[in-house]
Amino acid sequence: MADIAVVDYGMGNLRSVQQALHQVAPAASIVVTDDPLEVARASRVVFPGQGAMPDCMREMEARGLREAVLQAARNKPFLGICIGLQMLFEHSAEGDIAGLGILPGKVVRFAHDLHDVQGRQLKVPHMGWNQVTHDEHALWDGITQDTRFYFVHSYYVQPNDMRLVQGTSCYPQPFVCAVARDNLFAVQFHPEKSADAGLALLQNFVSWNPV
Amino acid sequence: MLAKRIIPCLDVTAGRVVKGVSFVELRDAGDPVEIAKRYDDQGADELTFLDITASSDDRGIIFRIIEQVASQVFIPLTVGGGVRQVEDVRNLLNAGADKISINTSAVLNPQLVADAAGRYGSQCIVVAIDAKRVAEGRWEVFTHGGRKATGLDAVEWAQKMQQLGAGEILLTSMDRDGQKNGFDLELTRAVTDALEIPLIASGGVGNLQHLVDGVKVGGADAVLAASIFHFGEYSVQQAKQFMAQQGVEVRL
Repeated sequence: MADIAVVDYGMGNLRSVQQALHQVAPAASIVVTDDPLEVARASRVVFPGQGAMPDCMREMEARGLREAVLQAARNKPFLGICIGLQMLFEHSAEGDIAGLGILPGKVVRFAHDLHDVQGRQLKVPHMGWNQVTHDEHALWDGITQDTRFYFVHSYYVQPNDMRLVQGTSCYPQPFVCAVARDNLFAVQFHPEKSADAGLALLQNFVSWNPV
Repeated sequence: MLAKRIIPCLDVTAGRVVKGVSFVELRDAGDPVEIAKRYDDQGADELTFLDITASSDDRGIIFRIIEQVASQVFIPLTVGGGVRQVEDVRNLLNAGADKISINTSAVLNPQLVADAAGRYGSQCIVVAIDAKRVAEGRWEVFTHGGRKATGLDAVEWAQKMQQLGAGEILLTSMDRDGQKNGFDLELTRAVTDALEIPLIASGGVGNLQHLVDGVKVGGADAVLAASIFHFGEYSVQQAKQFMAQQGVEVRL
């Protein structure tokens, strides 16, 4: 039985996630797996994702991972990353598709004509290091307000229930970049690529014992 | 707000970081893994590796370097040089790269950009464009390390790459590369204004004011530099502090 399972549904490289987890938990057994049984048996589950959400949903379903992911999101420490956050919601504007529906709300795209305060056009995807304002949660332990994390995305989540929100960033309007409920925590940015701040969050996750 | 990114660039051949002027007079700058760690410690926002190995025999070296860097450095890594097919993209991603930069092959086979972006997502596909000024307000795309003219207009080409699925454009001025007299700001501005995706400016950085100008005058979303960092003239931290003093949003 693995301590941590990283759910692999064939969408890109999960090695950086695995290596960052190894860095913060060198003694833990970490598997990158597409086997629903391994996901079910692991003590903790990381649910990453990159690329387009319709492709991610299709590949995850094709590997028969839906039930295992739904179960893990209900009963053990669970960390969603990037598209792995977006897939938890009910619907995405990307491809106009349904998500897993674990959390109420939807995924929408940044507008095409965003401008900063100087009137300069803002690029999409929102790519780079942006500041995160966060609430009180075990996964933010030791991480100061407005710490920068690395983002790369064109879509973001809009939860229906604002009590889910654990962190926001601005581009240029505030958007939700972290949510939590019970044993579940999910972020839009990439902790595995966010240097010390990201490693701190992963460190908090591997030692997190939600009640 | 989103920070402007500072990206040290490591040109790698035969397992060493080198830097030349217009692709000649290569000067040894050291071991890529050590240099990558140093820049990470100094607060680099990303790292770009360009494999400039001429011989196909040595192409395995870059994979070992990326594997080593990716296990120790937790910031985005871009790798380019000699990417010809989707399989090359896959292999580099599996070695630990986060983004793959495609240059000559994008011109020879634009479908490669669409296929790679379709398979792995636009977020990991960077199209690198080497451009040379050919007339007032007009720049032409060159390939094969700047040796071959293509007849393509740099602004139009960047837009076409965006349309095919590139997530970012890495724009190098051939006229300025290695000259240390600053970015071609007019080129930078012309291309970035024509794009919705982010633009990395490259070619010509000789001092820290050049980095500020690239962002404030050129409108770049990120600035890439090599020799000012490799040979100890400035640290990445110094560059960021200077930029912050000049009112550029950076990650300190």
